[in-house]
Amino acid sequence: MAYKILEKEEIAPSVHRMVVDALDVAKAAKAGQFIILRIDELGERIPLTIADFEKEKGTVTVIFQEMGKTTKQLGKLCSGDSLQDFVGPLGTPSDIRKLGTVILVGGGVGVAPIYPQAKAYKEAGNRVISIIGARNKDLLILEDEMKKASTELFIATDDGSKGHHGFVTDIMKRILDSGEKVARVVIIGPPIMMKVGAGVALPYDVEILVSLNSIMVDGTGMCGGCRVTIGGKSKFTCVDGPEFDARKVDFVELMNRLAMYRGEETKAVEKYEEKCTCGLH
Amino acid sequence: MHVRTALIGGDEKMQELKKEKTEKIKKERTPMPEQPADERRKNFNEVTLGYTKEDALSEASRCLACKEPKCVEGCPVNVDIPGFIELICEEDFEGAIEKIKATNTLPAICGRVCPQETQCEALCVLGKKGQPVAIGRLERFCADYERQKSVKVPEVPKSTGKRVAVVGSGPAGLTAAADLAKLGHRVIVFESLHKTGGVLSYGIPEFRLPKEIVRQEVDYIKQLGVEFKPNYIIGRIKTLDELCDEFDAVFLGTGAGLPSFMGIPGENFSGVYSANEFLTRVNLMKAYDPEYDTTVRRGKNVVVVGGGNVAMDAARSALRLGADEVSIVYRRGEDEMPARREEIEHAKEEGIVFRLLTNPVRILGDEKFNVKAVECIKMELGEPDESGRRSPVPVEGSEFTIPADVVVIAIGTSPNPIIFKGSEGLEQNRRGTVVADEETGATSKCGVFAGGDVVTGAATVISAMGAGKKAAKAINEYLKGK
Repeated sequence: MAYKILEKEEIAPSVHRMVVDALDVAKAAKAGQFIILRIDELGERIPLTIADFEKEKGTVTVIFQEMGKTTKQLGKLCSGDSLQDFVGPLGTPSDIRKLGTVILVGGGVGVAPIYPQAKAYKEAGNRVISIIGARNKDLLILEDEMKKASTELFIATDDGSKGHHGFVTDIMKRILDSGEKVARVVIIGPPIMMKVGAGVALPYDVEILVSLNSIMVDGTGMCGGCRVTIGGKSKFTCVDGPEFDARKVDFVELMNRLAMYRGEETKAVEKYEEKCTCGLH
Repeated sequence: MHVRTALIGGDEKMQELKKEKTEKIKKERTPMPEQPADERRKNFNEVTLGYTKEDALSEASRCLACKEPKCVEGCPVNVDIPGFIELICEEDFEGAIEKIKATNTLPAICGRVCPQETQCEALCVLGKKGQPVAIGRLERFCADYERQKSVKVPEVPKSTGKRVAVVGSGPAGLTAAADLAKLGHRVIVFESLHKTGGVLSYGIPEFRLPKEIVRQEVDYIKQLGVEFKPNYIIGRIKTLDELCDEFDAVFLGTGAGLPSFMGIPGENFSGVYSANEFLTRVNLMKAYDPEYDTTVRRGKNVVVVGGGNVAMDAARSALRLGADEVSIVYRRGEDEMPARREEIEHAKEEGIVFRLLTNPVRILGDEKFNVKAVECIKMELGEPDESGRRSPVPVEGSEFTIPADVVVIAIGTSPNPIIFKGSEGLEQNRRGTVVADEETGATSKCGVFAGGDVVTGAATVISAMGAGKKAAKAINEYLKGK
C-alpha cells in the first residue's frame, strides 16, 4: 500500500507543503488532528499536524520544516512519489463550538495547524482573530489562506520585515489588554513560544490551549513515549491531546523530553547529508 | 492348545510392550540445539535453532501414544498431539503438519512461544516420573519443515456471501480470520500499525520469534483469501458502530496495548520507557539495525521492572543493544515470576542480573532530565493475596539505588480504549476489558464478538488463538441464523 504525493511545493525556505492522496484519512479528519507517516521500509514514523483536508477529493495536506533526517528526506520527494505509510487521523479533534471571540496564535510552521482551526472556528460562528508570525517575512507561511479564514489577521516578524516588529504574543497581549471579551486563545508553535505565550496570557480570564508535538511511535496510545505532565498527572499527547490547557502543561519536562534523541538526530542528519553529497541518494 | 499358544504369544507381546514402554520412559528428552549464551547475547538471531530430523525422530519416539491423551486437553486449540507425533515417527512430516494445521493456524509461532510447560507438556504422562515429551519443539520442527518446502494452502469453500470484519491482526485476529475464511466467509482484517501480526510483530523480539516467520504465517492467511488493511484505526477512521453496519459480524482482537506505569516520581525522565515503546522501537522499527532510521537509547546500565515474559524480552533486548549490565527488578521471588521458566533460564545464562524482592520507589534524574538511577526498597513475602501468591511487603529502611541510564517499565498492559471511541453498547469491566462469553466470545453488542487479551487482559499467544478459534465457530453459527 502506498500513498501518492499529489502536490509538493516549497512555500518558504526549507518549509514544504505536501498534498497526499489518503481517502480514508481525509474522510475522517477534523481540525486539530494529526497523521503519522513513514517514507519507506527503513524510515521512522513521524507525526505531522494536518494542515488541510478535502473530503471529496480524498486529500490531506501537511506542512513541514526540514529539521531532522526524515524531514530532509521528505523535502526531496516530488509530486508523483509515494509514501509507504500515512496513518490517521490521530489525536482528539479540537473542541470547536461557538464561543464568541477566539484568538489563534501561530508561530513558524505552527501556522499550519492553526489554519484548519481558523476555518472551523469561523464556520462555527466565532469572531476569529488570527496572529501569525515568523523570524522574517520569507519564512511567513499561509498568509493569504489565513486572511480568508480569519475575521481579522495580524502579522509579526522578529526582524520587522513584515507587520509588527516583535513577537506574536505582543499583539495577543494588546488585544487582551484592549478589554475585548475573548473566550479562548489557541497558541501553536515551537514549545518555547507556546510556553512564553501561555505565560503572557496567564493573568487574563481566558481559556488558553496549546497543541503539543511530543515524540511518539504509534500515535494510538500504545507506546506512551509521548507522555506529558498535565496538572501533575501523566497524559498521552497522542490520544489525550494533542491540545491541552496551557495552564496545566509542564513545559520544562516537555522541552527536555523533546531533546531526548538530539544527539542521535544530529548524527543521522550528518550521515544522510554525507550520503547525499556523495550522490548515493 | 491353540488358545494356550495364543495366550503365551499375548503374554510375550505384553512383555515386549512393557519393555518398550520402560525404555521410552527411561529415554532422555532430546535437548534443543541453541546458540551459546556468550555468543547470542551479542546478536538478535534466533536463540534456539530447532530440531534436526534425527532429533525430531528421537524425541517423537518417546511418546507413549496414550489411548486417552491428557496432553490434548492441555492445548487451548486441542491439537491432535499423539496423532502428529505418530506421523513424525513414520517420517511423514507433511502429514504431521497437516494434522497440526487442522486445528492450529500458526504452528511455527506456537512451537516457539507457547508456554508448553504449563499446557500440553504439563499433562504428559512421562512428566510424572521424568521429563515430558518436547511437544512444542516437535510442533516447531514440523512447521519449519513445511516452511522450507512449500506451504500447502487448503481449498477454500464457495463464498457464503457473508462479510466479517476482524479488528486487530494479532494472534486472536489472525486465527479468527483464518478459520472464518476456511468456512467461506469474506474476511477483512483492520490493523492500526503499518505491519500485521500485532504483538508477534511489535512485542516479541526477533531472537525469540523471527519476523520472517510471522510474515510467512500471515501470507498463508492471505492465501486463504483474507484481506488485510494496515494503517487503519477503528475508533478514528471508522467507529465500531459503522463496522457493525457494513459487515455481517465483527470480531475484536485488539489485544491489551495500553502500557501501565507505576505512578512513582521521576517516571517521565528521558530514558524511562514503557516495555511497549522499548520493544516496538527495537522489534517493529528495527532500532537495533543501523540501516533503519528509528533509534532507541542504548543504555549501559539498564533496569527492567517486572517479572513476566515481556520483562525478559526487554532485558535480553537491552543486553543485545550493548548494555554492560541489565537487571530485572521484581517485587516478589523467582517462584512467583509469571515469565516462562525457559525465558528466565535463558536470561540468566545470558547474564541478566535478577534483583528479586525489590521494588522501585522513585526514579532519579540529572539536570537535563535524563534518568540516572532507580531508588528501590527491599521486600519480603507476607500472606498470600487474592491471586494466591504471597504478597510482598516493604522492608523499612532498606532503600538503595541502582545506577541506570535506561529504565524499562514492564509491569503489564490493559486494552487500548481507542477502539471504543464513538461507539455504544459494548460492556466493559473495570479494568477496561471487554465482557465476552468464554465459549463463544459474544459481547453485549449484537454481532460483535471478542477474544484474546482485549477480553482477558495480557495473557499468552495461544490463549488468544484459542479464543479466536472459539469465536470463529460462534460467528459461523451466528451468520447461519442471519
